[in-house]
Amino acid sequence: MSADLTELYQQVILDHNRRPRNRGKLPTANRVAHGDNPSCGDQCSVYLRMDGDRIAEISFDGSGCAISQASASLMTTQAKGKTGPAVHALYKNFHNIVTTGNAPEEISDLAAFAGVHSFPARIKCATLGWHAALEAMKSDPLPTTTESHLD
Amino acid sequence: MPSWKNVRADFPILHQQVHGKPLVYLDNGATAQKPRAVIDALVHYYERDNSNVHRGLHALSMRATDGYEGARARIAKFINAADPAEIIFTRGTTESINLVARSWGQAHLKPGDIVLATEIEHHSNLVPWQQAARASGATLKYLPVLGADGEGGLDLAALDHLLTPQVKLFAFTHISNTLGTIIPAAEFCRRARAVGAVTVIDAAQSIGHTPLDVQALGADFVAFSGHKMCGPTGIGVLYGRRALLDKLAPDETGGGMVVNVTYEGATWKPTPERFEAGTPNVADAIALGVACDYLDALGREHIAAHDAVLARVAMEKLSTLPGIRIIGPRVGAERSGLVSFAFADVHAHDIVTFADEDGVALRGGHHCNQPLMRKLGLTSTTRASFYLYNTEEEIDRLVAALRRTLTFFVGT
Repeated sequence: MSADLTELYQQVILDHNRRPRNRGKLPTANRVAHGDNPSCGDQCSVYLRMDGDRIAEISFDGSGCAISQASASLMTTQAKGKTGPAVHALYKNFHNIVTTGNAPEEISDLAAFAGVHSFPARIKCATLGWHAALEAMKSDPLPTTTESHLD
Repeated sequence: MPSWKNVRADFPILHQQVHGKPLVYLDNGATAQKPRAVIDALVHYYERDNSNVHRGLHALSMRATDGYEGARARIAKFINAADPAEIIFTRGTTESINLVARSWGQAHLKPGDIVLATEIEHHSNLVPWQQAARASGATLKYLPVLGADGEGGLDLAALDHLLTPQVKLFAFTHISNTLGTIIPAAEFCRRARAVGAVTVIDAAQSIGHTPLDVQALGADFVAFSGHKMCGPTGIGVLYGRRALLDKLAPDETGGGMVVNVTYEGATWKPTPERFEAGTPNVADAIALGVACDYLDALGREHIAAHDAVLARVAMEKLSTLPGIRIIGPRVGAERSGLVSFAFADVHAHDIVTFADEDGVALRGGHHCNQPLMRKLGLTSTTRASFYLYNTEEEIDRLVAALRRTLTFFVGT
């Protein structure tokens, strides 16, 4: 297997793909948003229970490739308990990692997605769950697509 | 029979390595590769003949016009149209169908009318009819596909009660781009004609793969793209029966399609110019004519037989993979040269990424068939689609790539 592909399908990613965390609907959710990648048919819904500005509980549901599902799963573990601005800051770091391949040392699991940058077509897979989460945090959630605006 | 090994030498693009492996191009349903003769025709046109067509009195313009109109006649012959004026150049299948949906739809559809399509249509032969129905107040109905995997083909028995005199237009594909099902187009046309419905055939997947005779089919409109039949991108055709085209209003208006223009209004030229406003795609039309020559020299009946052999071999070999779900006709049943499949535990995009690393080009996704995918309980499939330059050895490369992918993700 090539170095690029090994880098793309890291153990962390395969693990989250096989055993997704926080998967399924959240009965107590007070926010929800749905994301689509029209070109590939990937889908991701993110459910939140916001406690003020803090994500008290989070889950996701959907279907898609290993990258999109693992990324949504990992996102839920990272975003839980954080405030809106903190999640935005995390996403900024994550976006930087998947577009440049450079991961700062203090970032642990998200760095597994550094390999995505060698596969530009897959960046939108990696960011789908994040977009849905950011949408869900807005008070009036709207459908989101990662194709028509931000990667 | 052509020597298929020699055919490969005609396609420069095939002779390259991808990720260090010889390219295996199995994405022909999306677009076909171009033989040297087609590429040369483009270069020759731009190096020698490039000029605007019609009305030009200088030598280059006459050459360009002769080339463009010669291509029209060549394509008419390719599909056995009665008259070259029945060939309208478009950007491709999508534009061709939209032209009918807008021009014909606007003039003929009214509330209470029914437009009949099928459940297996590509979005290009589905969304334009949704729009036409919405604009006119007509109702859009669908002929169902049978079987949990769509293996039963279209429901011919349901045609009896769906094809009523209220049906004004019946739009259907000739070959499904996802299932590989070959539709009995001549029978559909005959039954549509019996209730007075106009037929629109999406021939995108059949045009370069099997002989197509619009008169034998009895089709009213046939749409196809050049790039899926070894021609360039950006050129396609709408065939329409002369009697229908002569009564049809233009969709786009402007230069080249008018007889007389005043400040108050304009009058239209006859078909085909009426439907070709603006400077046409001369170079690609000429190269499409050359693609017709290329395919006819090999013989489309031979290409169809070659496709069928590859489809049979692929079905036999792919069916042995653990956990594979193949949609469309079963092993041994008639199918065109493409196979779509899915695995419960490995997503199509991960498969395509892995196969690409082995030099095998596949397509993964919904193949512009979202409603069909939903009906079959799928979000995506992986599709291998074959053409005249593909070989049985390449199917072995495909199977090996899939085995490697399954081992990685599933461990089997």
